[in-house]
Amino acid sequence: MLSRTADHLYWMARYIERAENMARVLDVTYNMSLVPNAAESEAALWLPALEISGNVDAYERDYFNETQQEYTAAGVIHYLAMDMNNPSSIYSSLRSARENARAVRVAMTSETWENINSLWLEFGQFFGQDLSQSGLSEFCDWVKARSHLFRGVCFGTMLRDDAFSFVRLGTFIERADNTARLLDVKYHLLLPEQEEVGGAVDYYEWSAVLRSVSAFQAYQKIFSDTIEPWRVAELLVLRRDMPRSLHACFDEITSILEQLSSSRATECRRMAGELHAKLRFGKMRDIFQHGLHEFLSEFVKANNKLGVEVHKTFLSIS
Amino acid sequence: MKKSQPQFFNEMQLDIAANSADGVREIYKAYHQWLKHVPHHQLNSKRMEAELLFRRVGITFNVYGENDGAERLIPFDVLPRILSAKEWRHLSTGSIQRVRALNMFLHDIYHDQDIIKAGIMPATILANSQYRPEMFGVDVPNQIYAHIAGVDLVRTSESQFYVLEDNLRTPSGVSYMLEDRKMMMRLFPELFRQYPIAPVEHYPQVLLNNLRAVAQTNVQEPTVVVLSPGAYNSAYFEHAFLAQQMGIELVEGQDLFVRNNAVYMRTTEGPQRVDVIYRRIDDDYLDPLVFNANSMLGVPGLLSVYRNGGVTLANAVGTGVADDKATYIHVPAMIRFYLGEEPLLENVPTYELSKEDDLAYTLAHLDELVVKEVQGSGGYGMLVGPAASKQELDEFRLRIISSPASYIAQPTLALSTCPTLVEEGIAPRHVDLRPFVLSGKTCTLVPGALCRVAMKEGSLVVNSSQGGGTKDTWVLEEEVETPSKSKTNQVEEMVC
Repeated sequence: MLSRTADHLYWMARYIERAENMARVLDVTYNMSLVPNAAESEAALWLPALEISGNVDAYERDYFNETQQEYTAAGVIHYLAMDMNNPSSIYSSLRSARENARAVRVAMTSETWENINSLWLEFGQFFGQDLSQSGLSEFCDWVKARSHLFRGVCFGTMLRDDAFSFVRLGTFIERADNTARLLDVKYHLLLPEQEEVGGAVDYYEWSAVLRSVSAFQAYQKIFSDTIEPWRVAELLVLRRDMPRSLHACFDEITSILEQLSSSRATECRRMAGELHAKLRFGKMRDIFQHGLHEFLSEFVKANNKLGVEVHKTFLSIS
Repeated sequence: MKKSQPQFFNEMQLDIAANSADGVREIYKAYHQWLKHVPHHQLNSKRMEAELLFRRVGITFNVYGENDGAERLIPFDVLPRILSAKEWRHLSTGSIQRVRALNMFLHDIYHDQDIIKAGIMPATILANSQYRPEMFGVDVPNQIYAHIAGVDLVRTSESQFYVLEDNLRTPSGVSYMLEDRKMMMRLFPELFRQYPIAPVEHYPQVLLNNLRAVAQTNVQEPTVVVLSPGAYNSAYFEHAFLAQQMGIELVEGQDLFVRNNAVYMRTTEGPQRVDVIYRRIDDDYLDPLVFNANSMLGVPGLLSVYRNGGVTLANAVGTGVADDKATYIHVPAMIRFYLGEEPLLENVPTYELSKEDDLAYTLAHLDELVVKEVQGSGGYGMLVGPAASKQELDEFRLRIISSPASYIAQPTLALSTCPTLVEEGIAPRHVDLRPFVLSGKTCTLVPGALCRVAMKEGSLVVNSSQGGGTKDTWVLEEEVETPSKSKTNQVEEMVC
C-alpha cells in the first residue's frame, strides 16, 4: 500500500487512542476531586494530569498570568479537553484523527470513514460548554464510547490487509505509551520515597488509576484483595490478559509486525521483540529492584524509538 | 405551486397553468400522481434526511475564496429529472458522435493537422494557449485523448437540445450522479419499484475497464491510479470516491516518482510501477519541469515518461484545445470532416467577438446575450445579459472592447425548468444535463447524467460554485415507455 496512506491510517488510530486516554485521565482526576480530602489542593490534584501528557510547561506559558499562578480544575480541564492550541488536547487529537482519515478515506471502509466523520460532527455539541461546571463525565464517556466504536468498526468491517495492520499498530504503540506514562506519574506521586512501598496507600488513588485503564474490576477478579501498588503495577505492566497492559500491547505489536507483508520490517521486528521479551519474561520483583520509574521511562523511550523506526521503514520511504 | 413562467419548457408539465393532470408529460405521469399525494412537509423531511446523510458521508466540496477548508454541501433536490428512452437515445448517440470526432480532432491537431490543411479550422488554433506543442507527434494508446468527457446539454423545447460545451480536461460531477441515485433509492424505494429506471452503478467498472484498455500494450496487468491534488481540492470527494469504487490507489504527486523512463509509487513494500494515471490535476500542474515550475502537486519528469510511452495519462495532455470555446464553434464541421456524418446534437449559435460584425452585434445587444470568457470555466467571468444591472453591463462592455478575442457571446437560451423543492414549495427551476462519455476500448456512456439545477428563482447559472444544486436523472428503460401501471391507450411519442 501507499506509504502516505499507511502513515495517515497509523496516525488516525494513534490520535483516537490518544483522545481516549486523555479522556480517561480527565475522568478519573475529576472523580478524585469529588472525594473529600483526596488531595491537599486543587493544584496537587490536577498537576499530574498535565504531567502525564508532558504538558506542564506549555500550560504555564498559556494559562499563567500575574493574578493566576495556580493549576486550576477549570484551566486544566479546558486545556486538556478543548484547547485548540494544545496539540495533545482531545480537541486536537480528534481533529487530527479526522483530518488523517479524510486524507485517505479511500483506504478504509466507508463505514469506518462515516464513523469518524460523524464523530467529528458530533463533537461540535461540546463547543462552548464549560466542562468544568457540568458535563465532564458525559463528555469523557462520549469520547471513550466513540473510541470503542472506532475500533469496533475497524475490526468489524476492514479487510485484514496491511491497512488494517497499520491502524492496529498505531493503536497499540500509542496505548503502550499512554499506559506507561500514566503509571509512571501516578506511582511517583503516591510513593515519593522508596521505603513507603507497601505502606499506607490511599485506596481511592489507586482505584482511580485502575479505573482509568478499565482495570478495577479485573483487579478485583484476579487478586480479590485490597489494592496494593505493586500488584497494580504488575497488572498494568506484565499481565498479558489485561488489554491495556504493556505486555498485552506488545503481544499485539509483535504479531502485527509479523503479519505485515513487507520484507522491510526486520529492524522493527527486532526492536519490538526485544521489548516484548522483557515484558514476557520479566519479573515484577526485579523491576521494582531496578526501580519502576526507571523501568517505565526506559520503556517509554524504547517504545518511541520503535515508533520512529516504523516511520523510517514504512511511512516515509524516499 | 408557484405560477410558472410560460416561456420556459417545463420538463414535467407542458401546461403548468392548467394545473391539472392533462398537461403532464407522459413519462412524468406516474410521478406527478405520486407527488400529488405526498405532503410538502414529508418532502422537506426527506430533503433534510438526505442532507444529514450527505454530511455524514462527507460528500462536500470546498469553495475557493471562502474561508479556508470550509466544506459545503451541494444542495440536493429530492425531485428527479426524468428522460424517456427515446430522448436518451438521441442524447447519448449525439454525445458519442461528438466525443469521437473530438478525439479524432485531437489526434489530428497533434499530428498531420489535416483539418487545417483542408481549411476547416483556421491555423490560429495552433496559437491557442491550450494547444500543447509538447504533444506534437506523441502517440497515445488507441488514439484516445479524452477518455472521460462531460458534455453539457441544455434543452429549450420538447424537441430542441443544445450542446453548451464539451468538457475534455478533468470533468467532474460523476460522483453526484452516483450518490444522488443511491440517495433517491434510499429515500423513495417505492418509486423505483414503479419506474423502470436504468441503473448507473456500474460506471466505475466501465471506467476502470476503459482505463486498463489504454495502458501501453506490453503490460499484462496494468496498475491504474487516480492522481488527486489532495484533500483540499474542491473535488477531492469525487477523486476519493472513484478510486474507492474502482478499488485502486488514490495518489498525490508526492506519492509518485520517476525513474528509468517509468513512474513509480511509494508503497510500504517499496516502489511499485504505475501504468495508467487517471489524473484530476490540470496540465499546468502535472510536471514542474515542463509546466508550472512552482507546482507542488505534480511529479517532476512525468511528461518525459509520458511522451516516451512509459505511462498513460487520462485524460491526455493538451485536450484543452478541443474544449476551448473558440474551438467549440467548429465541432459540427469537425463531425462532418472526420466522421462524414451530420451532427446529431446542435451547437448554440455563437458570436465570435474577434470578428468585427459579431462584435458590433454583441455590443449592440449586450442585454440579451450571454457573454463568456473563451477560457473561463465554472461560471466565473460570465455575463448573463438579461439578468445584469446597467452597471454590470457597462463594466463588461469595457472588458470586451479591451480584449474582444477573449470572449464569445451566445443568445440567452430559454433553459428548460424542472419542478424543484424550494423554500416556498415546489417551483420550476432551470436545469442542465451532463452525461459522461467514456472512451478507451469502446465509446460508451452509462444511462444517466449529472443534472444541475439553479436553485435561485430565474437564475440560469447552474454551477455548484454559484449555488447550483443537483438532481438525480432517471433514464427510463427502453422496453417500457409508459411507466404508469394503469393501462392507457394513449400513444407515447417523444419528438426528437
